[in-house]
Amino acid sequence: MTLAMEQSVSTASAAVARSRPSALSRFAPYLQASPLALILGGFLLLPILMIAVVSFWDYDFAAMYPDFLLTNYTDTLGSWVTWKTCLNTLKFAAIVWALTLAIGFWMAYFLAFHVRTAAMQMALFLICTVPFLTSNIIRMISWIPVLGRNGLVNSTLVQLGIVPAPIEWLLYSDFAVVLAMVHLYTLFMVTPIFNTLMRIDRSLIEAARDAGASGWQVLWNVVIPLAKPGMAIGSIFVVTLVMADFSTVQVMSGGQSASVALMMKNQMSLLQYPAAAANAVVLLALVLLMVAGILRFVDIRKEL
Amino acid sequence: MNREPRGIEFYVLAASFIIFVLFLYGPLSAILILSFQGENGGLTFPLNGLSFHWFANLFETQAVGDFGGSFRRSLALGLMVMAVTVAVSLLAGLAFRRKFRGASALFYLSVASLVIPSIVISLGIGVVFQRVGWQPRWYTSALGAHLTWTLPFGVLIMFAVFNRFPPEYEEAARDLGADSWQTFRHVVLPMILPSLIGVGLFGFTLSYDEFARSLMTAGTFNTLPLEIYGMTTNVTTPVLYALGTVTTVFSLLVITATLAVILFVGRRRARG
Repeated sequence: MTLAMEQSVSTASAAVARSRPSALSRFAPYLQASPLALILGGFLLLPILMIAVVSFWDYDFAAMYPDFLLTNYTDTLGSWVTWKTCLNTLKFAAIVWALTLAIGFWMAYFLAFHVRTAAMQMALFLICTVPFLTSNIIRMISWIPVLGRNGLVNSTLVQLGIVPAPIEWLLYSDFAVVLAMVHLYTLFMVTPIFNTLMRIDRSLIEAARDAGASGWQVLWNVVIPLAKPGMAIGSIFVVTLVMADFSTVQVMSGGQSASVALMMKNQMSLLQYPAAAANAVVLLALVLLMVAGILRFVDIRKEL
Repeated sequence: MNREPRGIEFYVLAASFIIFVLFLYGPLSAILILSFQGENGGLTFPLNGLSFHWFANLFETQAVGDFGGSFRRSLALGLMVMAVTVAVSLLAGLAFRRKFRGASALFYLSVASLVIPSIVISLGIGVVFQRVGWQPRWYTSALGAHLTWTLPFGVLIMFAVFNRFPPEYEEAARDLGADSWQTFRHVVLPMILPSLIGVGLFGFTLSYDEFARSLMTAGTFNTLPLEIYGMTTNVTTPVLYALGTVTTVFSLLVITATLAVILFVGRRRARG
């Protein structure tokens, strides 16, 4: 409610500022930017700082106690479970990244270069986008009747005599986790790559053809280098989403696999907030390092 | 280029695209069909008769927790997030058209908001509220948590829109004697309206489906995704699919309605 109030106040004051081209108009950008700054300050910066502080606190089964201890960090970094979980999360991130990049690029390439009318391009792109706007959890559980022990895939395979008994690793396995993640996150790759491909000047491709380049040479030497910014942005999305994921890992692995975020979630349900906060700092450091690595390939501000 | 005959590359890619679309929609249609499962049917095919039994089951409160209440909360929260996202993104987009101190920092803070793991934000907001002594509520803490996810999308979209916005129209309006409010209201706003509606759609659907950010911020009363997540572990009947069907159909209605409005606005602008 207070947010809405601040909102209307700043809208009004921004409008006043705009109508007078005097000294007030110099402040207009500050007034216009302040709601965003306030919201991100209060619900992003402050909570992150709080996590950093709390990660040094002491706790028991009932409460947290302000302190300056390193035990939360030594506990989590000294445990082989954490390292195994970290590696497992990175493994998911790497596999899902490679798959979504390959699928995303080819689908975007098809839309941008092989579909000939703009209306058809838009329609097919929307078909790809719509599932992204529906619930992730529903899309996850929709794999259960397909992959389950008596699911569509297994019963078809058994009936056709391809396998003697249902395959057990289709659901509640790492395979199911990766499949569901690719299903959930490929769109984040398609959209930015499609966006950069659409902006490639078609005369560059004609020039390459006229100069005698084959189809593959055009693709490898012209299209892919120009698509790199889109690939980088898509990679940032996919990598950060997979690194932060706990629900897909929990539901699709049936509790047999783990991720850093899932470890955090379990500590949170046991009210071990300082321990979860230490893991949050580790996860955050890991994610920011990966993003910084990807950002070396692209300037986002230029790409918008 | 358009006159060239289709090569083998086209057919391979077209076939892959069709497979990709089937991959996207196949599982969803499976639960759509299975939600009409007969009364004695289970969670997998084959269908054991057809019925609306599980939909009826959905509206009996005891069966699946508080479906009606959680739906109402998610709807209200989605609308609040939508309104704030549209207004704040628009203002920020206008601000970024000019130079101001801290612009760069604010821009990177928005980008950071996209990449910071959702569960970290959930934990952070939860702990802040606990320390201050406020009860987390879906309309305060969860609203803020959702905004950290929808605002960056809105701001980046507005940033992209204004980057491509031709300044000639505003100059013309000013030359004709319009003041800055009139220029904004009658020139800029109609031109960016379709993008703004798009930002609104993003704000609503992202919030309506958000789960991780609600985890520690929703307070005593569940939002719909939290309710569904709870059901995945303890409900073993097709009522889960019925719930999936209902929420998905609702999302599809919202998306279709929004696209229709965007088309309508575009047409009217083309005519007028």
